Amino acid sequence: MTGVVPVLITTFLASTVEAIEMVTIVVGVGATRGWRSTLLGAGAGFLVLAVVVAVLGVALSAIPISQLRLVVGALLLVFGLQWFRKGVMRVAARGLAGTQVAAEQAEVWTGDGVDWTAFVLAFKGVLLEGLEVAFIVVSFGANANQLGVAVIGGAAALAVVGAVGAALKPIVIRIPRSLLQLVVGILLTTFGSFWAVEGLGVDWPAGDGAILGLLGLYVLTAVTNIAIERRRAVVLKPARL
Amino acid sequence: MHRLVSWVVGFGRFWYRFIIGDDWTLAAAVAAALILTRVLSARGAAWWLVPLTVVIMVRVGVQRARRPYAAGAGSASNTASG
Repeated sequence: MTGVVPVLITTFLASTVEAIEMVTIVVGVGATRGWRSTLLGAGAGFLVLAVVVAVLGVALSAIPISQLRLVVGALLLVFGLQWFRKGVMRVAARGLAGTQVAAEQAEVWTGDGVDWTAFVLAFKGVLLEGLEVAFIVVSFGANANQLGVAVIGGAAALAVVGAVGAALKPIVIRIPRSLLQLVVGILLTTFGSFWAVEGLGVDWPAGDGAILGLLGLYVLTAVTNIAIERRRAVVLKPARL
Repeated sequence: MHRLVSWVVGFGRFWYRFIIGDDWTLAAAVAAALILTRVLSARGAAWWLVPLTVVIMVRVGVQRARRPYAAGAGSASNTASG
């Protein structure tokens, strides 16, 4: 039987990685689309997760996580790519325009009901990452015969990362909308790429470290495209006058 | 019955906007890249195809989106105002 402290630290650290991905999506979508529907989606995701964990318990490992990763990853990828492209266009056109962008030009939901886009994005992010935390807890906990300790480690990771996310909210909402859409688009595209390819059964070089590589590549892509579009705009301006 | 039909139409419209958005080529390219990744993975490392597709499609998407401006159409629906 493995000791309490190693199991606690291992499940905490492993769950922290998944929790960061979950909170990044929820905070990014909330700041871009609005908080109400995003938090509703996140809450619904936790609810479904709690039911799945309660019903399946240790049999959780029977869930086909690869297929789930492929579906969620592909959906995040196609949606993130749309925001990625729009974010590049907006930052290139307006620079780091402030938060005073007209509502119709931003992605913020202005309707009365639920913004299903924000709901679905937050729901999927919470459900997939929550399931991964649950898998970590079950696999480490069951193998070490320390399930209770593993649950504490996983729950602590979610609580700590969630609190950090909540603390960052006031900072995130001050980021210019055009830049925020670009950043969230890049993040969704990064996680979407990673999960979809992983869901196909293809291994990434460097494992989870590939997320940072993808992030770097996509940031470079955004910067390059913005530079090209801004230079093009400068060249075109005199011709239009 | 009418309520059910309108719900189904709304549901379909939501997923169309979510997946296709205002540029169907992005979703088509992602689908093609994932299928090709699956095919190529049997022969060796195929992880590079999706990131490469993203890099290319961001460039192509930006160029496609500004075409109305270049053509003098003046429509902003597919460009910066998204």
